[in-house]
Amino acid sequence: MRLHLKVWRQHDADDRGSMKRYDVDDASPDMSFLELLDVLNEKLTVDGEEPVAFDHDCREGICGACSMVIDGQPHGPEKATTTCQLHLRHFKDGDTITVEPFRAGAFPVVKDLVVDRGAFDRIIAAGGYISAPTGSAPDAHAVPVPKDQADRAFTAAACIGCGACVAACPNGSGSLFLGAKITHLGEMPQGRPERNSRVLAMVEEHDASGFGGCTNTGECAVACPKEIPLDVISQLNRDYLAARKARRRSA
Amino acid sequence: MVLKYVMAASGAAMLLYLVLHMIGNLKIFFGADALDSYSAWLRTLLEPAVPYAGVLWAIRVILTVALVAHVVSAIVLARRARAARPVRYVHRQPVQGSYAARTMRWGGVIILLFAIYHVLDLTTGTLNPNGVHGAVHANVVADFDPSRWYLTLFYTLAVLTVGFHVRHGLWSGLQTFGRSNALTQRALKTFAFVFAAVLVVGFLSVPFAATFGLV
Repeated sequence: MRLHLKVWRQHDADDRGSMKRYDVDDASPDMSFLELLDVLNEKLTVDGEEPVAFDHDCREGICGACSMVIDGQPHGPEKATTTCQLHLRHFKDGDTITVEPFRAGAFPVVKDLVVDRGAFDRIIAAGGYISAPTGSAPDAHAVPVPKDQADRAFTAAACIGCGACVAACPNGSGSLFLGAKITHLGEMPQGRPERNSRVLAMVEEHDASGFGGCTNTGECAVACPKEIPLDVISQLNRDYLAARKARRRSA
Repeated sequence: MVLKYVMAASGAAMLLYLVLHMIGNLKIFFGADALDSYSAWLRTLLEPAVPYAGVLWAIRVILTVALVAHVVSAIVLARRARAARPVRYVHRQPVQGSYAARTMRWGGVIILLFAIYHVLDLTTGTLNPNGVHGAVHANVVADFDPSRWYLTLFYTLAVLTVGFHVRHGLWSGLQTFGRSNALTQRALKTFAFVFAAVLVVGFLSVPFAATFGLV
């Protein structure tokens, strides 16, 4: 199949960047979107042009490395699909597809379609973990977890931290990501002791990184390739209020 | 993040006022006396414990504080949101966000301008064709006279804007206070829609009744 691409090209962080048109004549419907870019890059390399830089790693839809806004939607038009798992059979022969990087002040463009998502790592470092003493592994099921809590924690833990929520949000907010981490760790007994300090530190880091505030439009949950539900943001808000109340009480 | 709670709390205060305001308006259907005496009662409320019109002024002060808090946090949050996306998308279509959610900011500006006109019209009477203090029924009827159909149209558009604002704002505020979860999300959205619809119908019934000579 023949596809026309409009791709964002930006040489480095300081370059202004612009959209460039490319044609790929020998695309197969069985290719993933990343393979389409591979084919384009082979052609560009042969032609002596700079290949299009893009992030990718596992290409199995579970690592969160791939990004891109394809035809106006993070990870493209298919629901619950990462860019690497988006296949060309969902496009028609002769389609023109726009490809842009995730747009957020907190995710500066490094080159072409590659953005620096280090802000998410800093949010995780601020509190998105549990503190566990080292030593021999505890017995399995030594700490019972009710089934519904385990399920909810697992749903939230499906977040791969790709940043599609930020890319989709009209306010450039990372609230769905925050909510996923807060819910995932807060539902588990191992995450409870640090529940309050975690939410305060992670929200502080989120706001300091230059992400916007949530206005509950729900764009993030639609764009999320792992279908993190919107109610994790409600959980985040509830935990944040409770943590501030607890801090005031202990102060 | 704290500003979002300011947004939600001040919005809730103004929403509560809107409900009371609508109920008060509906007194017009019980006759001119009912409306005018209700207006007078608002001023003598809790007398002599509080001075004449004391309660009314207390409400006005609370409303003004809520309004300023709401607008200031909206401006700060909107600026922050703009800064969070310094480079716009070339091509991006909103998929999920409802019309109400997308028009919160400019809708808010329209509502503010309308509220200013509305106070000058029916509170101070400055822009009212009758404009007699205390003659609420006569003012309303003169205001929405059939010959002034454009004013009825203007009020209709403004109230619809309020309806859209409340529809998203009520749901959003409940979410901000963490009052929604996976089970109640749909129910809360429906509740916000019905709430907004009732407000719109309640508020619009008065100008339409006046325009069509029913009161």
